[in-house]
Amino acid sequence: MSDDIKPRLRVPANAKKGEVVEVKTLITHPMETGLRKDADGKLVPRLIVSSLAVTYNDKPVMNVTLEPAIAANPYLSFFVKVEESGTLKFKWTDDSKQTWTAESKIEVA
Amino acid sequence: MEHSRTSRRQFLAASARLAAGAGIASIVAIPPAGATPETLRGAIAEIVGDAQLREGRVTLGLPPLVENGNAVPLTVSVDSEMSEKSYVKALYIAADGNPSPGVAIYQFTPMSGKAEVQMRVKLAQTQKLIAVAEMNDGTLYTASREVKVTIGGCGG
Repeated sequence: MSDDIKPRLRVPANAKKGEVVEVKTLITHPMETGLRKDADGKLVPRLIVSSLAVTYNDKPVMNVTLEPAIAANPYLSFFVKVEESGTLKFKWTDDSKQTWTAESKIEVA
Repeated sequence: MEHSRTSRRQFLAASARLAAGAGIASIVAIPPAGATPETLRGAIAEIVGDAQLREGRVTLGLPPLVENGNAVPLTVSVDSEMSEKSYVKALYIAADGNPSPGVAIYQFTPMSGKAEVQMRVKLAQTQKLIAVAEMNDGTLYTASREVKVTIGGCGG
């Protein structure tokens, strides 16, 4: 099942120096809250993506801690200030410490 | 002797305060009880301590009425520059009518450029969403917004 979990990104490929660009991310994940019952009436154990860490050229940009109140397939969008060309890296971690990564290059003209 | 009795009294008063604090913490930790405005206040107090919360600078964008609480779009923005000197260090988002009050915690750096984030949240019922922004100088700003939910989104 965890093979179905795929991160998706929308990051602009080009930016001006000092530009604040919008970044959109989504990871396909059921975000089980631990409160839902299955067909047999048993509680489905909690399993959520609990954090997203974002770096640009390996410098920290932002960290997000997610709670069960975040909807399934967590979609997060935010901004990054770009001063030079580089690589924007994303790392999602779930409750079982499994991680998924994605990256995208931004060219500064 | 007199002196030791005084310190014992002080000690008892201090442990009573501690016990009261622990009480709030244990309420927050019990999930089935559901979040209430009181547990939410407890959760926020745990994060920010005794610091003073000021209204303003934070904006919560979400529809006033949603039919389905499964995935409600939420935008939170903080009116602040994002420079080395002055930036939004953290943003705490909570809801007072979900089984547990936490929604998300964002930790920013000046490289975040702009303290504006978007996400989709699950809302179990009609309730209030609250955001608290912590600036790099330690000042705290807050805003809240009521949202009416027709069908809850906690899958219960």
